[in-house]
Amino acid sequence: MFWDKKIETISRSGLERLQLKRLKSTLAGINKNVPFYKDKLKKLKIKPDKIRNLEEIRNLPFTTREDLRANYPYGLLAVSLDHVVRLHTSSGTTGKPKAILFSRKDIEQAADLIARCLVMTGMKKNEVFQNMMSYGMFTGGLVMHYGAEKVGLLVIPAGPGNTDRQISLMQDFKSNAIHITPSFALYLADVLEKKGVDPRKDLFLKRAYMGAEPYTEATRNKIEAIYGIDVYNSYGLSEMNGPGVAFECPEKNGMHIWEDNFLVELVDPKTNGPVPEGKEGELVLTTLCREAMPIIRYRTGDLTSIIPGKCRCGRTHRRVSRMTGRTDDMFIVRGVNIFPQQIERVLMAIQGVGRNYQITLDSLDDMTVKVEIRKELFDGKVDHLVNLQNTITEKLRDEIMVRPRVELLEPGALPPSEGKAKRVLDNRTL
Amino acid sequence: MKTIKQISVFSENRPGKLEKVTKVLADNGINIRAITIASSEKFGVIKFLVDRTQAALDLLKQQGFTVAQNEIMAIEISDEPGGLHRLADLLARKKVNIENASGFVIEASKKAVILVEAADIEQAKSELQNEGLRFLSEEEIIQ
Repeated sequence: MFWDKKIETISRSGLERLQLKRLKSTLAGINKNVPFYKDKLKKLKIKPDKIRNLEEIRNLPFTTREDLRANYPYGLLAVSLDHVVRLHTSSGTTGKPKAILFSRKDIEQAADLIARCLVMTGMKKNEVFQNMMSYGMFTGGLVMHYGAEKVGLLVIPAGPGNTDRQISLMQDFKSNAIHITPSFALYLADVLEKKGVDPRKDLFLKRAYMGAEPYTEATRNKIEAIYGIDVYNSYGLSEMNGPGVAFECPEKNGMHIWEDNFLVELVDPKTNGPVPEGKEGELVLTTLCREAMPIIRYRTGDLTSIIPGKCRCGRTHRRVSRMTGRTDDMFIVRGVNIFPQQIERVLMAIQGVGRNYQITLDSLDDMTVKVEIRKELFDGKVDHLVNLQNTITEKLRDEIMVRPRVELLEPGALPPSEGKAKRVLDNRTL
Repeated sequence: MKTIKQISVFSENRPGKLEKVTKVLADNGINIRAITIASSEKFGVIKFLVDRTQAALDLLKQQGFTVAQNEIMAIEISDEPGGLHRLADLLARKKVNIENASGFVIEASKKAVILVEAADIEQAKSELQNEGLRFLSEEEIIQ
C-alpha cells in the first residue's frame, strides 16, 4: 500500500532531477538567510546557482552536532520568527541541547513522511495506534502523532511508561499498532507475563514500530515472537525531523530513506571520503524540503550501509541497513572500539539470558556486563550457572576481542527501562 | 528408594540477600531443617530443606524469587570413624558425581545423615538402589 505512490515510486532519474532542484533552492536560501552557512560557502567560494550536479555536494561543508550546539538557539534559522511554530530539542550527552525549529510547512512535511511509513506497513484508517514515545521536546512522540493523525488513525497519545495503563488502553481500545522503544517493549512483555496477559491472545496488536534506540535483528525477532506481531524498524533523528527519515517496508530488508526529502551520503568517518554502496559508513544527510531550519551535510554519527539493488515493494528510494552503531555510543576498553549493540547481539542469541542487561565501565581495562538470568531455566545447579557465565564471557570475547567480567543477576535486578534504556554506565573519569 | 525435595534459590552474593529469603519463610511459619549455600564468586544458590516444601516454593515464587526444586538423597550413615568414608567409597566406585552435599548428626555416636545432591539424580538412583543403603524419607528428616 502507498500513501503517495507517485513520489514513492518515482524513477531514479526523476528523483535525481528533483533532488538537484531542491538542493539548489535550499542552498540559495541558506546563503541568503543564514550567516553561518553564508560565511562557510563564501570561504569555499561556492555559488549555489553554479551547482550542476549532485556530486558537487562533496564540495560543501559538513554540519556537525557541535555546529548545532554553537548556533543554539536561533543561529541556523532561515526564516523570520513569525513563520516558526514549533521547537524540538535533542539532548545528547554533553553540553547544550540542539534546537530544531519547525515552520508549519515543516510539520506538514514531517507528518507526510510518517504517513508514507505507516501506510507502507499496512496501517489503515479504521485502526488504532498507541504511541508510547515521549511527547514534548523529543520528536519521537509528537512527530509520529501528527503523521498517524494525517493517515486518519485513532491515535492514543499514551506516552512512555505507566505500564499498567498502557495495558488497559491496549485492551480497552483494541490497539492494532504501537510505537515503542525496544527496551520498553521487552519490559512491557515481562509485565504482561507477570499479569498473566498473553499478548498473542489477549491483545489485538498486529504491528509495532520500534526506534529511538539502536537494537539488533535478534531483539526484533524476540519481540515479534513474544507479541505475535510484525516489528518494523524506524530510523530518525531530531535534527532531521525525528522519526520517519527511513522506515522498513513489509520486505523488512533495510529501511527506505525518503530521498526526495533527504540527500543521502555515506562517508568514511576518518577520511570523510565517499563510501560505495554495500560498504559501511557514516550517514550524512542534507535536508531538501526544510523551510525553517535547513541543514546541509549533517554528520549523523550513525553507521550504516546502502543496500544495493531494487526493493521488491516497488519503492525507488534506496534502503539503508539497520544502524550498526552511533559513533557516540561507542566506548573503548583496552584500546578496542566497542558498540553496545555488539554486546546485545551476543546476549540475545544465548538461551538462559533475560531481556535486560547493563554494561559498566570502571577503568580503561575492565568492563562488566550484568545480565539477568531467566527464571524458567534456573534448575538450582551452580555448575549450570557457571557454564552459562562462561559461555557468555567466551561469546562476548569472540565478538568484541575483550574478555569482560560477566555477572549473573536475578530477573528484575536491573532497573526497568520505561523509555530510552541506559545500557552503558561509564564510571570512568578520563 | 526414597528421595526428598530441596528448594534452591538463586541469589547474588551480597549482604542481606539471605535475609530476604529467610524472612519469607519465617513470616509464614515454615521451619528450615537444613541449609547450604553453594556459591560462585558473584552469585550463589541457597538450598533449603523445609517442613512444607510446596508452600515454601509457592511463596518464594510469588515474592519474585528465582527458585527451583531438586530431588536429593538423604542417606543414613553411622556416626563413627569411617562412617562417611564407606559411603564416599561407594559413590566413587559407582561414579556418582556430587553437585552439593552436607551432613548432620541425628543421634550422637549412632546415626548421622548425609544429604547428597547428585549431578545426575537418575544415574545416582539406579546405581545406589541395591547397595543396602538406608534412604530417609521427607518425614524422617523433617521431624
